[in-house]
Amino acid sequence: MATQQTRVLGRLAVAPSVIVLFLWMIVPLALTIWFSLLRYNLLDPGNESFVGFFNYEYFLTDPAFFAAIGNSLKLVFAVLVISIGGGTLLALLLDQAIVGRNIVRLMVIAPFFIMPTVSALVWKNMLMHPVSGLFAWLMKSIGLEPIDWFAQYPLTAVVIMVAWQWLPFATLILLTAIQSLDEEQKEAAEMDGTPPLSYFFYIVLPHLARPITVVILIETIFLLNVFAEIYVTGSGGPAGNLPYLVYFQGLLNFDVGGASAGGIVAVVLANIVAIFLIRMIGRNLEG
Amino acid sequence: MGTIVLKDVQKSFGDVTIIPNANLAIENGEFVVFVGPSGCGKSTLLRLIAGLEDVTSGKIIIDGSNAAQLPPAKRGLSMVFQSYALYPHMSVRNNIAFGLKMAGMPKAEIDAKVAKAAQILNLSDYLDRKPRQLSGGQRQRVAIGRAIVRQPKAFLFDEPLSNLDAALRVQMRIEIMQLHQSLGATMIYVTHDQVEAMTMADRIVVLNKGNIEQVGSPLELYNKPVTLFVAGFIGSPKMNFISGEVAANHKVHTIGVRPEHITLSGTSGEWEGTIALAEHLGADTFLHVDTARCGRLTVRAAGEYGQGPGDKIWLTPERGRVHRFDDKGKTIPNAA
Amino acid sequence: MARAQSVRRRTVTTILAWLIGFLIFFPILWTIITSFKTELEAFSTPPKFLFFEWTTENYAIVQERSNYLRFVSNSLILSIGSTIVALLFAIPAAWAMAFAPTKRTKDLLMWMLSTKMMPPVGALIPVYLIFRDMGLLDSRGGLIAVLFLLNLPIVVWMLYTYFKEIPGEILEAARMDGASLWNELVYVLAPMAVPGIASTLLLNIILAWNEAFWTLNLTTSAAAPLTAFIASYSSPEGLFWAKLSAASTMAIAPILVLGWFAQKQLVRGLTFGAVK
Repeated sequence: MATQQTRVLGRLAVAPSVIVLFLWMIVPLALTIWFSLLRYNLLDPGNESFVGFFNYEYFLTDPAFFAAIGNSLKLVFAVLVISIGGGTLLALLLDQAIVGRNIVRLMVIAPFFIMPTVSALVWKNMLMHPVSGLFAWLMKSIGLEPIDWFAQYPLTAVVIMVAWQWLPFATLILLTAIQSLDEEQKEAAEMDGTPPLSYFFYIVLPHLARPITVVILIETIFLLNVFAEIYVTGSGGPAGNLPYLVYFQGLLNFDVGGASAGGIVAVVLANIVAIFLIRMIGRNLEG
Repeated sequence: MGTIVLKDVQKSFGDVTIIPNANLAIENGEFVVFVGPSGCGKSTLLRLIAGLEDVTSGKIIIDGSNAAQLPPAKRGLSMVFQSYALYPHMSVRNNIAFGLKMAGMPKAEIDAKVAKAAQILNLSDYLDRKPRQLSGGQRQRVAIGRAIVRQPKAFLFDEPLSNLDAALRVQMRIEIMQLHQSLGATMIYVTHDQVEAMTMADRIVVLNKGNIEQVGSPLELYNKPVTLFVAGFIGSPKMNFISGEVAANHKVHTIGVRPEHITLSGTSGEWEGTIALAEHLGADTFLHVDTARCGRLTVRAAGEYGQGPGDKIWLTPERGRVHRFDDKGKTIPNAA
Repeated sequence: MARAQSVRRRTVTTILAWLIGFLIFFPILWTIITSFKTELEAFSTPPKFLFFEWTTENYAIVQERSNYLRFVSNSLILSIGSTIVALLFAIPAAWAMAFAPTKRTKDLLMWMLSTKMMPPVGALIPVYLIFRDMGLLDSRGGLIAVLFLLNLPIVVWMLYTYFKEIPGEILEAARMDGASLWNELVYVLAPMAVPGIASTLLLNIILAWNEAFWTLNLTTSAAAPLTAFIASYSSPEGLFWAKLSAASTMAIAPILVLGWFAQKQLVRGLTFGAVK
């Protein structure tokens, strides 16, 4: 379609974005790698020295690291299960004929658009507060001891908050996918006399396999980076994940070297997921 | 005026050569149809003439000067696209006027020309509507109006009737032919429908896999196809091709005879067969006959035909109407 | 399902859907309600749902005391600013990828999307140090640059998909009509692309408004947007729930409204086309 003129212009038009993104990718990454090989503490500037993989060894054998990775993975896994399991069911429900469907949709989608800091504080204070929070009141009314969420089950509390925000995302995506199911396929199944449960397992679920995979991959990428909720609720100690640990080491402990090593570990982890996601997207671009 | 000459035109996309070597001369005022199966390169050839694609090598000479390096705007041609390609956000009036506006014509002149084009095409009542408010046929007319109003050296049509329903297609075909008569301009028309080609063209260019197999008037192509491909492409239903023993009797690799050049008899004839299927169209009947020596043949019977599936029938090809082809698909001219 | 379903089934699903929807929406509802209570009421047990003294005093207090207006304007400046810069870069890039594609175009697009998948923590330390040394910490310009880079891949991607939906033949028709490239872009492409650009703008403003990693780490006061302002309520002095609710309601209200309109864009933009 393009003639000579448009092709040259095309390359010029893309150049600024490419350059800018390339720098944004490379420069911080290169620096982080470099820092991770140094002994570099902000309280002791000018005294950096090259220490090779020492930071990595230290970081990877630090119990705090394993706790953080464990929390990262637990968080991701739990939120995935809740958001996708719940999301599938909700999407099926919302696909039905419901009076006032648009309003219900609005209610279900809303949490995704709340900024994470607001969500975190509302949950921590007004809902989960052990004395005056709503949950405490509910539990007392049925005769149970109220739970001090952030003291007793901090990771669970964070999971609930984050899942609440991502359930709408999964629901919206899966609902879109369900509604894209060819109307004629539905009618063909009806003509064949397919019972609803079989219809779900043999037709809907396979159709959803692709979108579910995409949601898993995309959510994983974002969930590995959860930060605000942990930071704002002050649960970085018990429930800190990898991003929080890096932040803590670098900006609170001023250990740039160690934090950078942690950052690189996070990058490697994310890359593994990204490779799968890119392949999926690439396949879709062919179509 | 409107003469277009293609000289040694070649078009490749990377390693794939779509058009190896095209040579063609189009006279001023001619209605030329490029026809061929999907993927034969007819649209590519048209787009090369239009300037929407660059030639890999060769010359495109419009009115005596080589236009191969010129952008579409400077070639003085107009194109009507298969999907009409109307500007959805502009009214019919502005759609038609756009080219004139780009040329910097004064507003009063533009308005006059648009009004005249709209009148010719019966669009005067629709000038202020948007494309989405028009029917398929009306949109087609707007596309034609947009092309007319610039008074180009030649009109290029890229399968313009493919998106219309059958009845509308017949009507628009006639309208386009009348347009050609009244404007007298050169028109190059691309289609895969050989009926359109036969009814509309002064000359037809038959393309096969990027090669121009034959150029000639419709009747020339019908009566004197130079290759097996052209013989099989022109004429509906398709010419019957027979090889093997029967062809050997005629001393060639393949013979061909059109369904309308076979006489039928219920009693005797050269080839014996049984009717497998009969298509009754009212004015004609097409019989699909399974013969022992020639395989399945299609035969036309004028009017209504009484016999049906299962009946025996004898077929005889008309003398002088049998085409002969060598093993490379080229026609062997009949002895006088 | 186009045909009527049994009334009983519709009633059951409707009730179930409304119940679940209400439960999910409840925290937001609760925040809005609490914003209209006095602090005492906000803390009272048992909590009051509807029958209390409604007051708008919290809204007034929050706005006066904490220079709330500055945070709002920062949020606006950062979201809108980064979106505009992103569009300036992305529109030509998306145009080129959609209308003048090369063999590399697909790979380029994939690579751009992959930059979005990099964990921010991998860049936190260097960016922080660079900003510190260049005096960009707590500066609106610096934040706009970061947010712009963060969201550029998504903006390019979304514009690319919208541009691809414009039939190429219409642009060719403009070329045949004698339009120069500039005219082609201005008179034909731009008007047809406006809805797509508007949608992309919408989604990007939402994403930038809610961004809570860089805005928390790179700002302190002058450039702090609403995300950081709300975060400051995490170390409270005294009773503050009603005020927190009021501040939160004001912070989330515009995005809730925009988000409602941006649903389709969300699917398109954040699944990178892998879901249709």
